[in-house]
Amino acid sequence: MELIQQLINGVSLGSIYALIALGYTMVYGIVKLINFAHGDVFMVGSFVGFYSITVLDLSFVPALLISMTVCALFGVLIERIAYKPLRNATRIAALITAIGVSLLIEYGFIYVRGAQPEAYPNDVLPTDKFNIFGVSINSQSILIFGVAVVLMIILQIIVHKSKIGKAMRAVSYDADAAKLMGINVDNTISATFAIGSALAGAAGVIFGIYYIKIEPLMGVLPGLKAFVAAVLGGIGIIPGAMVGGLLLGVIEALVSAAGYSLWRDAVAFVVLILILIFMPQGLFGKNKKEKV
Amino acid sequence: MKKKKLASAFLSLSLAAGVLAGCSGSGSSEKSSGDGDTIKIGVNLELSGGVASYGQSIAEGLELATAEINKEGIDGKKIKLIKVDNKSEASEATSGAIKLTSQDQVAAIVGAATSTNSIAQVQIAQDNKVPVISPSGTSPEITFSKDKLNDFVFRTSFIDPFQGTVAANFAAKEIKAKSAAIYIDSSSDYSKGLAAAFKEQFEKNGGKVVAEEAYIAKDTDFRSTLTRLKSAKPDFIFLPGYYEEAGLIVKQARETGLDVPFMGGDGWDSPKLVEIAGAKALNNTFITNHYSSGDPDEKIQNFVSAFKAKYKDKSPDAFNALGYDTGYFLADAIKRAGSADSEKIKEALEKTADLELVTGTFTLDEKHNPIKSATILEFKEGKQVFNTKINP
Repeated sequence: MELIQQLINGVSLGSIYALIALGYTMVYGIVKLINFAHGDVFMVGSFVGFYSITVLDLSFVPALLISMTVCALFGVLIERIAYKPLRNATRIAALITAIGVSLLIEYGFIYVRGAQPEAYPNDVLPTDKFNIFGVSINSQSILIFGVAVVLMIILQIIVHKSKIGKAMRAVSYDADAAKLMGINVDNTISATFAIGSALAGAAGVIFGIYYIKIEPLMGVLPGLKAFVAAVLGGIGIIPGAMVGGLLLGVIEALVSAAGYSLWRDAVAFVVLILILIFMPQGLFGKNKKEKV
Repeated sequence: MKKKKLASAFLSLSLAAGVLAGCSGSGSSEKSSGDGDTIKIGVNLELSGGVASYGQSIAEGLELATAEINKEGIDGKKIKLIKVDNKSEASEATSGAIKLTSQDQVAAIVGAATSTNSIAQVQIAQDNKVPVISPSGTSPEITFSKDKLNDFVFRTSFIDPFQGTVAANFAAKEIKAKSAAIYIDSSSDYSKGLAAAFKEQFEKNGGKVVAEEAYIAKDTDFRSTLTRLKSAKPDFIFLPGYYEEAGLIVKQARETGLDVPFMGGDGWDSPKLVEIAGAKALNNTFITNHYSSGDPDEKIQNFVSAFKAKYKDKSPDAFNALGYDTGYFLADAIKRAGSADSEKIKEALEKTADLELVTGTFTLDEKHNPIKSATILEFKEGKQVFNTKINP
């Protein structure tokens, strides 16, 4: 029984990781950039959701949509200002810029509103408890998992059925050839940032509702964990990010369940190291040789 | 060759350090801690960061006390507070103390709110011979570490073992708990101190500690560990952490179906706790604290009304009270010392006896810890309700 309870705990945590990991993986897939500012977009999304609920008095769904929209715009803004001028620069320059943007958002945010934490109201979503065979399931964890699954399905439809999705896949495959075929590469990249950031915004709102406490540096650790999840699943591969996120959540829950809760964060990064050593392409990646 | 390079680098570094030290020395020699009619008191508190609520509360209490004291003054002199924000970080607390002692040349320092940030200032206090009073640092290590008294360091609050002991007695006698679980913040000296004292006393009372778990400050997901705690089936859970995590833990515990009483220390005392955990989840939880605004004692009620008059009808919490008491504790010593000289203030502080303050009448023991009473509060629908008062 305890094991099933722990698996449920892990899946709830994992669906948040998965939503953030999707943004990492999409951006990497298309511009080969690890967007370290992604965790901070998640934080901004959480705060936008918080202010929508407390100041504008909105309910869950509108708050989620507002947060996703604001984050999508914010993501595009970051891309246009910080990354676009570096499109042809070395990858390390872009990576360092990403870290710089991340720090700028975190401390800029603290400068504007202060570092004190904020608490989501407790009554955004109903908190009923179900007891099934001694396993207590919180209605929030079901809703969170549900929202995550719905968003992932929508994402799959966008990527595989829509025109912009087709353009994204083309740019990801070969940006120059895509350009020759008449695809607007800049807009496609912006769209990728927009979608990825919107998912991070959604994850932020869900995180706030589930874990209540939010603060300006809240994006750092979930951001890194989501990065681990993306690598675990195979960076650049969308289903990989989902599975990687859920898997990482479950691993963390099981580590705590075994009584090693203090090792939980360490285990997440040990997973990263092991994956990089033994399976650098990730669980879902194909092992392809790089041409020299 | 390599060695030579290292040596020269070291030489140039030490030269630079010498120049810098020379600068600060000559710059500060003009200032003094008691120029004419003011006495400069440094305030090194958590005004922002994770436990900002404690620091800000202490500052409010201290400002109220200072305003009252300055109405008459101490031998005609007025207290001037010089504040630095340590951002709830130990390294910032150390550099804040350095700034206050070297640049501002204060007579004494008030701060910090947490044990960790207070310990970070001990060495600076000892080296510069400036008394530091921690208003709410409850770890014994602050004033007495490595079998040695830190003679320039004082405190206004009681110490961790006392809170842990009181909690253990309360659990055994009032709640009649036979078994208990302990869930600590392994990154905090405060939390470990309370837990150790609780365990000792609880086992002495014939109880059994069935589970011990730990988390790290800033964690947000405790469900897995709580599920584990639930399967150990304790009658009572001792959770000596700070309000951010304590609130989340209580909330998540109730969601996992862990309905036993929880108890914490003064680290829970913040309005944020109720916001984070929710009023319903906090039912059946208790804390040990320095004082209660619901205590009928006359001295306390006078303080409550003065505080409400100054801060828009806000009801003072324990940190407000400790900040207020620290102001009077220090003022009393300055008055008896008859001077704003740091070393004379230190001697006067050591001799404090039977001083009547809001958080209890206290006398300082040989380890610079006040001997005074503790209050137990219960949360009922999000409100702290006065339960009982326990004397040492």
